[in-house]
Amino acid sequence: MTQGAPIVIIGAGHAGVQAAASLRDEGWDSGIHLICGEPHLPYHRPPLSKAYIQGKASVASLHLRAEEFYRNSGIELRLGRRAMAIDRQAHSLLLEDGKIAPFSRLVLAMGARRRPLRIPGDDLLGVTVLRTLQDAEQLRDALTACSDLVIIGGGFIGLEVAAAAAREGRRVTVLERQARILERAVSPEMSAALASMHHVAGVRIVVAAHVVGIKGDAGRVTHVDCSETGLIPASHVLIGLGVVAEDTLAASAGLSCPDGVQVDEHLSADGDRIFAIGDCALFPSPSAGRHVRLESVQNANDQARAVARVITGKKEAYTAVPWFWSDQYASKLQIAGLRPPGAACKVWGSPREGRFSVLCFDEGRLVAVESLNRPRDHIIARKLLNCGGRVDEMTAISEMNQS
Amino acid sequence: MPQVKFIRPDRTAKVVTIPAGSTVMQAAVSNGVNGIVGECGGSAMCATCHVYVVSPEAEAWPPISSIEDEMLNCTVSERQSNSRLGCQLVLAETSAEVVVELPERQQ
Repeated sequence: MTQGAPIVIIGAGHAGVQAAASLRDEGWDSGIHLICGEPHLPYHRPPLSKAYIQGKASVASLHLRAEEFYRNSGIELRLGRRAMAIDRQAHSLLLEDGKIAPFSRLVLAMGARRRPLRIPGDDLLGVTVLRTLQDAEQLRDALTACSDLVIIGGGFIGLEVAAAAAREGRRVTVLERQARILERAVSPEMSAALASMHHVAGVRIVVAAHVVGIKGDAGRVTHVDCSETGLIPASHVLIGLGVVAEDTLAASAGLSCPDGVQVDEHLSADGDRIFAIGDCALFPSPSAGRHVRLESVQNANDQARAVARVITGKKEAYTAVPWFWSDQYASKLQIAGLRPPGAACKVWGSPREGRFSVLCFDEGRLVAVESLNRPRDHIIARKLLNCGGRVDEMTAISEMNQS
Repeated sequence: MPQVKFIRPDRTAKVVTIPAGSTVMQAAVSNGVNGIVGECGGSAMCATCHVYVVSPEAEAWPPISSIEDEMLNCTVSERQSNSRLGCQLVLAETSAEVVVELPERQQ
């Protein structure tokens, strides 16, 4: 049994919990402490914008691991407790309750927080956000009483909630600032297909929309004021404007945080002492040729597994190909790889039937594949991109074609 | 409460007890049974919760949907006639003894 201070992991989301579990799998047999500001047993986040707000998932079904798991694995869970400062010289943390927690290694898995953008009227009753389990509980309750839901932000959260609300028969309007929904995340072809799905379900999408403010009466929301449409009736408003890395703690300790905590290919932010993983980590991506920060369950889990291997002495570079999914209505969108702006896109399959893939090429090399209801294409894409070599259009099409 | 017995490739086994309404995948991941990954959290999107069902027989389970069928063709370990995605196997309070075999690899 090795002695010494424990490994401390800040953040008990997907990345933090997987890191703790993987450290045990990789043979770390000393202390592991998991520190989390939220009071709940660690939970899956993706269902919050899908099954959970539709009342189709219990809280118990959301737990990343059963409570016994942490006990049986000797992982000390410290919930409802924030870390306030990192002392890099002393290798210790100052916690919210004034206690000092020494660490032999520190893993930063703090995730992301909602972009701090204020909209006039956003403090009216009936205005909600969606980041935590608590938010999801409020939104779920709101949806049962909702007549007109206005969603500010046409990203994944906004669209998944729009789909959930439309299925419940609510009148839904999505206001998106850019020229198309999911402008940052998917190709124009995929945006169009998803927008079409929402139109068919009765959701009204307004693009290039500028929200002036949220209006109310007697402290409760009544309308959203949008430059392009004027006043839109609203019984409830969801603000879904994206997140920024939760890196304040790291920046205060003098670590480089241009957009999340900067790490090297071994996920190290500071020698072999401090690491960062998941939504809060800015890491070098070989395929993108630059540092990126990804907000996805796959990235959180794979980086967690990778950092456990680095910490236990198997020093490998992190090179996993990113992948991502979104559920909207009965459709499944899956994305493999990273699509740079301006990538050449080729549609494969049947957009009219809502089953197709978009193959994205950068200088003739396959870099990403977006698939709508084509899981086989997605799995093939991940295998192709994992090879690391250059996959040209002919090879990609030939692989997709094989049955 | 329902119980699931997971038989590993080395023929050792682990039995876990979980609330009704959970899936075989949740039973594994929730209790740290290595050998099931469940990367996508149960959305039939990643084929990393692949199991070979020993009991009860196929008719006792929800039928295989077209999405699950497609994903089962993408598993890393060979698909067999009793292959299922663990996330699609929902356990009822009255479930008979559930026994599944874990494949060699999920990823």
